[in-house]
Amino acid sequence: MRHVSEYRSGEVARGLAERIAALVEPGQKYKLMEVCGGHTHTIYRHGLEDLLPEGIELVHGPGCPVCVIPMGRQDDAIAIAEQDGVIFTTFADMLRVPASRGSLLDAKAAGADVRIVYSPLDALRIARENPDRETVFFAIGFETTAPSTALTLLRARAERAANFSVFCNHVIVAPALLAILRSEGLALDGFIGPGHVSTVIGTEPYEFIPREHRKPVVVCGFEPLDVLQSIYMLVRQLAEGRCEVENQYSRVVSRGGNPLAIRAIAETMELRDTFEWRGLGFIPSSAMRIRDSFAEHDAEVRFTVAGARVADPKACQCGEVLRGAIRPWECKVFGTACTPEQPIGTCMVSSEGACAAYYNYGRLERRRGAGVLAAG
Amino acid sequence: MEEHEVLDRIARRRARTARRITDARITLAHGAGGRSSQALLESLFLPVLSNPLLAPLGDSAQVPIEGGARLAFTTDGYVVKPLRFPGGDIGTLAVNGTINDLAVSGAKPLALSAAFILEEGLEVAELERYAASIGAAAAAAGVPVATGDTKVVERGKADGLYICTAGVGMIDERVTLDPRLIRPGDRILISGAVGDHGMAVLMARGELDLEGEIESDTAPLHDLASALITAAGDSLRCMRDPTRGGVATTLNELARAASVSIVIDEASVPVHAAVLGACEILGIDPLYVANEGKLVAVVAPEGAERALAALRAHPHGGEAVVAGEVRGDPPGMVLLDTAFGGTRVLDTLAGDPLPRIC
Repeated sequence: MRHVSEYRSGEVARGLAERIAALVEPGQKYKLMEVCGGHTHTIYRHGLEDLLPEGIELVHGPGCPVCVIPMGRQDDAIAIAEQDGVIFTTFADMLRVPASRGSLLDAKAAGADVRIVYSPLDALRIARENPDRETVFFAIGFETTAPSTALTLLRARAERAANFSVFCNHVIVAPALLAILRSEGLALDGFIGPGHVSTVIGTEPYEFIPREHRKPVVVCGFEPLDVLQSIYMLVRQLAEGRCEVENQYSRVVSRGGNPLAIRAIAETMELRDTFEWRGLGFIPSSAMRIRDSFAEHDAEVRFTVAGARVADPKACQCGEVLRGAIRPWECKVFGTACTPEQPIGTCMVSSEGACAAYYNYGRLERRRGAGVLAAG
Repeated sequence: MEEHEVLDRIARRRARTARRITDARITLAHGAGGRSSQALLESLFLPVLSNPLLAPLGDSAQVPIEGGARLAFTTDGYVVKPLRFPGGDIGTLAVNGTINDLAVSGAKPLALSAAFILEEGLEVAELERYAASIGAAAAAAGVPVATGDTKVVERGKADGLYICTAGVGMIDERVTLDPRLIRPGDRILISGAVGDHGMAVLMARGELDLEGEIESDTAPLHDLASALITAAGDSLRCMRDPTRGGVATTLNELARAASVSIVIDEASVPVHAAVLGACEILGIDPLYVANEGKLVAVVAPEGAERALAALRAHPHGGEAVVAGEVRGDPPGMVLLDTAFGGTRVLDTLAGDPLPRIC
C-alpha cells in the first residue's frame, strides 16, 4: 500500500523530530493532549515517543469511544441482548467491556445472540434476513460514526424495517474537551485535535479553545507522520507565541465539515440534556439521542432498560486516565488486577484505550535507553 | 511506584508460563490461540493430562520407538468459515495444516487420518468437492490419508462440515529441534509474506464491503522444511508454522519457552500489498494474522545465510527473509523495531480479532 508507506517514512520522521527538537526550549515541559484514541494507538504502535525530545509529554485524552461508555449503559446493552428473540449486533470492541455482571462476550457464551458487525448497515441486513426477530444495533462513537448510524436509520425507515432498532450512545467531542479544560490541576499546553471527527464537524467547533482557554489546537491525521507534524505545529505555535486552531489534516478536513453528514445526524438525532461519560461524570449536551420521530427504531423506547447509573469499580481509575490526570501506569490496578485478559476498566479493553495501548505496546526504549535495544 | 517498576512487573507477568483460566464459560476467545487459549490449555488440560510426551507442547509430540527413532504425532481440528475461500477449502487446509505440524517438527509425514463431522442437510455434491480436494492435496503432497471416520449431527450443529485430522511422521535423525536450544544471537527467519490466509478467509466471508485479490497461502511445507534441515544442519534450533495468532503469537511462544527476547525489524517482514491494505482498513496488524503455508525458523548465526538461501531456492520460500534476532534481555518478550524508527512490545493478544480462520 504505497499511500500508507508515504506517511510512515522513518527518514522523514527523523527530519521532523530534529525540527521539533530545535524548537523546544531546554528545560521546558510541553504537555500536549492527543484527544483521540486513534492517535494514542498510532503513538504506541509506531513507538513515536522514542523520537520526541525529553521535554514533550503526551497526555492521552478521552477520545476513545469504547472507553467513555459508562458501566450503566453497558449493563443496559447486555439486558437488551439477553431478551428473548433479540439479535444484538455490535462492533467487536464492545464485546469484552466489563459490565456489572460479565461482558457481552459472557452473555453470548451464556446463550444471548450477540453478533459482530462492521457497520450499522450490516445490522440492518441481519434485521431484513430475520423478519420474525428483533435486531438491535449498539451504536457507539463520536461524530465520526454517527453519520453511518443516521443513514442506517433513514434507510430502516425507507424499508419499513419494523424489527430494527438502535441503542444510541453517540457522544460529542467538544463538551468533553470543555469538561477537561475546566477540570482542576491539568496544566495542558495544547491539543492534538481529533481527525476523523473533524471530517464530519470541521475545525470550527474547536475555535473556542484558543479563544476562551488560550490553548492551541492542531487537527491531526492518523498516520504517525501526521502526529509528528502536528506536534511540530503545536510546538511552533507555542514558540512563536501564537494560539489558534490549525489544520494538519487538510487533505480530508475542512473548516465547515461535511454538511451532508451533519444533516443526516440532525434529521435522525438530537442532543440529550446530559449524558454520563465514564470517569468524567455527567456532561451537559454531550451526547445524541434518537429523535421522537424515529421512536420506532429507538431501542430505548422499544425495550425497557434499567437506565441506572452504576458506579465504576472502586479500584478503577479510568476516569483519571481519560482526563489525562494520571498516566496509565499510575493507576493502582494497572497490570495487576486489570490486564487485557481480565480488564476492570474500559481503557484496558479497546485497542484505542490508553491503558491497553500502553500495556500491549510498552515503552521499553525510555526505560532502557536507546543503546540497549539498538546494540547488537 | 515508579514507571520502570510497573513495567518490570508487567514484563514478569508476561514471561510467566502458567496462566489461569478465570472465565465461567468457554468464549470464542478461548479458541483464538492467544492468551485465553493458553490459559485454557495450561490451567485446565495440562494438570489432568500431564505426561512427558505432551509437556514440550510442540506442533507434534515426539514418540520414541525402538532403535532410537522418533515418531512425530499430531492432531488438529478444522472449523473454518466459510468452507471455501480463494486459494483453497477446508479439505486442502486439513491436509496441509496437518502435514505442516509434522514438517515443522522435523518429520517426514507418513500418513494422515481424517474424521468428518457432517451437518444434516449438507449437499452431497458439496461434500464431494471437499473430499476431492482432500484427495488432490494428499496426492500433491505425497502423503496418504490412511484412515478416517464419518459422523452426522443434526441440522444447525456443525456449520456444514468440520474435519478432525491426525498425522504421523518419522523425525529426521539429523536434527534435534527444541525452542529451549535458542540462544542470543540466533536469527529469526520467515519463509514468506505474512497474513495471506487469515485475510483471504475474512474477505471470503463477504461480511465486509471490501474486495481484494487475496489468496490463502495454504501449502504443504514438508519439502521446504526438509530443504532447510539439509542446508542449516545443526544450526537449525527449531521451526514453527505461524497459524492462529500469526507470527507474533508464535514468536511469543518461542521467547517464553527459551526465556530470551526476540527483536523483529518491522520493515523486513514481507506483507503483500492487498493484505496490508485490508489490515489497515480493519485496524489489524498482519503480524497477528494466520498463515497456512509459512514457517518461522530459528537458526544460529553461522547457518543463517545458508538457511535463507535454501528457503529462497524453494517454490514455497521465494520471499523468505531474516526478520530479526534473539537477544537475552528482557526474557520472554518480543520487541518490534518499527519501520517508523521506534521500538515497542509485540505482545500475545488476549483474543483473536478473527475467529474461525482454520
